[in-house]
Amino acid sequence: MIQMMAILLQAQSRPPAAQSDAPIFGYIPIIIFFLIAVLLPVVLLGVSRLLHRRVFEREKLMPYECGIDPIGDARERFSVRFYIVAMLFLVFDVEVVFLFPWAVIYDKLALFGLVEMLIFIGILVVGYYYAWRKGALEWA
Amino acid sequence: MTTDQLLEWTIKIGVIFFILLTTVAYLSYVERRVAGWIQLRVGPNRVGPFGLLQPLADGLKFIFKEDIIPREASKWLYLIAPAAAIIPALMSFIVIPFGSSVTLFGREITLHVTRFDVALLYILGVGSVGVYGVMLAGWSSNNKYSLLGGLRSSAQMISYELSLGASIVGVLLVAGSLDLVTIVEAQGATSGYWLGFIPKWNIFLQPIGFIIFFLSAMAETNRVPFDLPEAEAELVAGYFTEYSSMKFAMFFMSEYFHLITVTSMATTLYFGGWNGPFIAEYPFLSLVYFVLKVFIFIFIFMWIRFTMPRFRYDQLMALGWKVLLPASILNLIVTATVILFVN
Amino acid sequence: MEKALFIIIAVIAVAAALNVLIQRNPLYSALSLIGTMAALSVLYVMLRAQFIAAVQIVVYAGAILVLFIFVIMLLNAPKQQLQIDKQKGLRYLAIPLAGLLLAEAFYVVWRVQDIAMPVVKEGEEAVGTTWSVGVALFTHYLLPFQVAGVLLLMALIGAVVLARREGDK
Repeated sequence: MIQMMAILLQAQSRPPAAQSDAPIFGYIPIIIFFLIAVLLPVVLLGVSRLLHRRVFEREKLMPYECGIDPIGDARERFSVRFYIVAMLFLVFDVEVVFLFPWAVIYDKLALFGLVEMLIFIGILVVGYYYAWRKGALEWA
Repeated sequence: MTTDQLLEWTIKIGVIFFILLTTVAYLSYVERRVAGWIQLRVGPNRVGPFGLLQPLADGLKFIFKEDIIPREASKWLYLIAPAAAIIPALMSFIVIPFGSSVTLFGREITLHVTRFDVALLYILGVGSVGVYGVMLAGWSSNNKYSLLGGLRSSAQMISYELSLGASIVGVLLVAGSLDLVTIVEAQGATSGYWLGFIPKWNIFLQPIGFIIFFLSAMAETNRVPFDLPEAEAELVAGYFTEYSSMKFAMFFMSEYFHLITVTSMATTLYFGGWNGPFIAEYPFLSLVYFVLKVFIFIFIFMWIRFTMPRFRYDQLMALGWKVLLPASILNLIVTATVILFVN
Repeated sequence: MEKALFIIIAVIAVAAALNVLIQRNPLYSALSLIGTMAALSVLYVMLRAQFIAAVQIVVYAGAILVLFIFVIMLLNAPKQQLQIDKQKGLRYLAIPLAGLLLAEAFYVVWRVQDIAMPVVKEGEEAVGTTWSVGVALFTHYLLPFQVAGVLLLMALIGAVVLARREGDK
């Protein structure tokens, strides 16, 4: 069954949307764009460095803490919640990435595609439910 | 690849940079005018006619202001952070189609810089890399408010990225491609109309998906009611508390770039992009339609900003993880099922 | 042209990877790793693996390294950067392991000489597109795909359990 699907799909495996004549060349502007985009902050900071006024004063360099002298180090340890959010994000981000190619070929996969994605999402929903019940999605 | 092509790309990119920078400068003006209008006050009206030269004055002020690096800040990271925020914010414009194609100097020019197979994933990827600017700014400033603001902001951005990505999958199910140009063309007049007059925009197929996308996009741009990272009452100015001068301006600009990106994406994915009446006869109109749609969205974003109160942080995370994420997955399953039955 | 680009990108990738090892501050190391990931993504595009290139950015640069940096910040890194030096014993383990990795790399390079690269016909470059990856993933590699789902579930449960131990209640 799966083999059949594969053969069937390979037979019509041209993407339905016409790509531009040479697909890989379409990526070259990214490099050009990146180089110009890097130039922008360099120019902005350079101009401002040349023109700005500098009056040295020790107090000015103090980190802002409502006007009083800073207490202790600013780089305190923070809540483990942020770490949990990052972990959960990583798992679901990979899941979302899997959804993209699936959605693109969905009209060819049809029922077969729906079932396999339901199984995949079903597995993760178990984990999601577990995380919810254990309070990992709770912030306070 | 020919030199001609290279030149065309470079010119297009240059023009886009120029337009983006001007637009961002004027968005700061428009935002204050809208704020004034909504809150029954005047807004900036002194510099030039109607205050139109205000952005120029602001720019000069940013340039001449003293640039302070706080003591014990990590110098390099403090310097890199604004650049790390602004570069990814700019990068996504390369794949956004601004219009159909026009004939200029006897040459057919498409109104998008480039198109490729994974354009939508590219925008998502570039958007997710934008988190580092915020994280680094918060960490390097050696300020408690900055650190908390940076952490909150990055946690918020990554949480809403999930529902943003999952809501887009609904559009992909309908369009069957990640290429934005293909997605726009599929919504065009060549696909016909429903009942003879309703254009085939994805919004009519994906209303729930659009709402999820819209809310997530608002959270991604850190705007009210999701502007926790810079909740003035509790965090001073969030991750850029210590920043001054041009570096501050760069964070400011990158927020506006994000605003333009998400509104362009909303237009492209759900509202037919540059499609509209008479574009076959007058291709330039497509550009006008695109800009008009984007500006309507930007206005809605501003309207919401000056109307809504702010979320509490636990409410914000609960909305992202417990409402929008399951809703986007559900939306996608329902969409897939419906497509199956319609075919 | 393509070769020159390859050399530039490869040098960036290797230099950034070396910088990961050289930096004393783990935060700088993690940032350098982003550079490596970005360079690798360009290399993937040059290999016509467009989809993988985008995933490389979304997942590695956009998610895994965010987690790394969160952890580094959480552990309050700057004060603990000297702790690595205390575990001298690990160095002796590192040498044979590095040797093994090097041998493996050489073996692969030696083998690859014999394998012919798949010929891509002119005008038909639909190898690494979202379409072709999807077709392969959801038909031929259906089982690995579902196993990946189970793996993700394990990671999810693991994260929740670990966090519970450290967290409240």
